[in-house]
Amino acid sequence: MAQDGPTPLERFINGILPENPTYRQVLGMCPTLAVTNGMKEAMTMAGAVAFTLICANIVTSLIRGLLKPHLRILVFTLTIAAFVTVADRVLAAFMFEMSGKLGPYIPLIIVNCIIICRCEVCAAKQGVLAAAADAVGQSIGFTLGLASIAIVREIIGNGSLFGFTIIPEAYWPRWGIMLLPPGAFITLGLLMGGFNLLSARSGKRKKAAA
Amino acid sequence: MEILGDIILIAITSAIINNFVLHYFIGICPFIGVSRRVDMAFGMGSAVTFVMAIAALLSWTITYFILQPGAPLTGWLLHLGGAKAGATIDLTILSYIIYIFVIAASVQLVEMYLRKFQLALYKSFGVYLPLITTNCAILFACLEILKYVTDPKTSWGLGQALTMSVFGGVGFTIAIVIMAGIREELDHCDIPKCLRGPGITLIVAGILAMAFLGFSGVDTNLRVVMGMGAKTAPALGLQGQAAEKPAEKSADANQPVQMGK
Repeated sequence: MAQDGPTPLERFINGILPENPTYRQVLGMCPTLAVTNGMKEAMTMAGAVAFTLICANIVTSLIRGLLKPHLRILVFTLTIAAFVTVADRVLAAFMFEMSGKLGPYIPLIIVNCIIICRCEVCAAKQGVLAAAADAVGQSIGFTLGLASIAIVREIIGNGSLFGFTIIPEAYWPRWGIMLLPPGAFITLGLLMGGFNLLSARSGKRKKAAA
Repeated sequence: MEILGDIILIAITSAIINNFVLHYFIGICPFIGVSRRVDMAFGMGSAVTFVMAIAALLSWTITYFILQPGAPLTGWLLHLGGAKAGATIDLTILSYIIYIFVIAASVQLVEMYLRKFQLALYKSFGVYLPLITTNCAILFACLEILKYVTDPKTSWGLGQALTMSVFGGVGFTIAIVIMAGIREELDHCDIPKCLRGPGITLIVAGILAMAFLGFSGVDTNLRVVMGMGAKTAPALGLQGQAAEKPAEKSADANQPVQMGK
């Protein structure tokens, strides 16, 4: 890798917390909000996004010498669209019910800003190793983002986790609103506030220590 | 009459009841990013509506004549190629790649046309036009058209497809303009530091979505008023969310009639 830029390890670590796609970059909001009413759906979505992100990043990084500046976004999207078609067909073949539940949100991965952003920021400039590490890091970050919202929404809204009831209805009246669109917005808004609060605190502590 | 009623229902459903932003979470990125000022929000909304109508026109044509199983144009080509009579081919697997092409092309076309003939409008759309290529709302409209055209129960014509996308765009504009109005007022408020920016926007959007939940069930009533019965339900709803509707009733007392009955 002749170009300057963060090393693969830095890219990998950056994706998980310092540049977390959900909380820091505020990217890819559609799936984050839409499929987090249950842990199962959220994890399927995260898997599909991870597959697409890793494949698209590697391919983009391999063809980065051939890209023309004005056509690059179109090339990125077409690469992504091809991999999303693969993911969509695989889901429809092996997890039919889940694919029906996720509905249009699987094809909407194509226009998910995370993937285009990673192709643009990292894969189009750096080698395959860095691009792959970046993709894995970002997908772990995205999975954590989805999981944090899905856990809150599924436990409060349905008293269950991964579809298994963990709080019986007698002890916890179900908050149906948490499973509906408003619950998604409010949960994410509050979690984002909490994340900012925590990171501001830890930043202060670091400054005090230095 | 049947078609007219269908179109009115689709218009109301896609603009208000199943609002793209507040019900499907489509186009959240511009909803958070470009909702600082009302005029900017309105510009973004109208640009999206404009492009969406053109993309819907193109994608309906392609879906109907080429992509759907047993489409006329592919059938004719197969016939020319010497296939047996009645042979069909399902090209829907290519749909995602083709829609991306269609969207990118229609954004380019709109941009070129506006720059050449409508300079004032072009300047007012400004930076939003290129951004629209990666706006999920357009792709979502194309996918809905694919779903309802290939579904033999609904088999949408061009009228339904155009209505859905234009009024979907109107719904997007309504949501983003309301949001921008609220955010302009929020600037004068003392918001906790950690919630500033996206945090408070999302919470406000949640409250807005709650208000829009009050509209659910309007389409069922409208259908009864127009004497259409519930048989041709073009209800734009996800299966997953439809199954959870019973939970909604206990939480939301505003909801007059349950959907899906």
